[in-house]
Amino acid sequence: MIYLWIGIAGMLGAILRYLISVLLLADSLFPFATLTINLLGSFLLAWLTSHVFKKARLSPHLSTAIGTGFIGSFTTFSALSVETLRLFQDGNNFLGMVYVVMSLFGGLAMSHLGLNVSKEVQES
Amino acid sequence: MASHILLVGMGGFFGAIFRYFFSKKLNGEKLPIGTLTVNLSGAFLLGAIIGANLSTATTLLLGTGFLGAFTTFSTLKLEMAQLQLKKEHRVFILYTTITYGGGIALAYLGYWLGSFFR
Repeated sequence: MIYLWIGIAGMLGAILRYLISVLLLADSLFPFATLTINLLGSFLLAWLTSHVFKKARLSPHLSTAIGTGFIGSFTTFSALSVETLRLFQDGNNFLGMVYVVMSLFGGLAMSHLGLNVSKEVQES
Repeated sequence: MASHILLVGMGGFFGAIFRYFFSKKLNGEKLPIGTLTVNLSGAFLLGAIIGANLSTATTLLLGTGFLGAFTTFSTLKLEMAQLQLKKEHRVFILYTTITYGGGIALAYLGYWLGSFFR
């Protein structure tokens, strides 16, 4: 049964990612849409799992559906890899490097931010 | 537009389920092998799909929908942050290097192989 909920949540996450990628700077050379989605999702997953799910006392199944299903499918690694490859193939080496660095360190910072927001809220 | 959304949604439904299955089976104590497996294989397959220049409908279903949801970035970053907090610096560097280096290299390999099927 958990598989069904993860599937439904994954469907919604993928659709939301697609809509944002169509609406947000779709013609731009730099993959702003994927970067925005991935950074936002990194913050949300860390914040939800470390704080919101515990405080709201959601059932483990619902937490997994939202975290693994929805946020997991909303963010993506395959597009990041291929977009980076395309930037390098087209000779945009600088933009390719910027994209990798911003994803790598930016995503990590957003995860830590999500974990820390929780700590500060719990302490206050 | 509506049919595009349907294709992406269908792909996303199965992509998320397959990712959950693999990460449950394979994620170990230290190195998250499950997440690594889905991300690297997904980068390779998306490279192949883009390289083969398939129809828009197939690309939306399998690429944007299925592989987009099969691979994940948020879990990767949370795992990386947790490795840092646990002071597993060597595992952190290993995980980061294999994921990013492998992801881009495998996307290239997939693209190259896919381009033979144009």
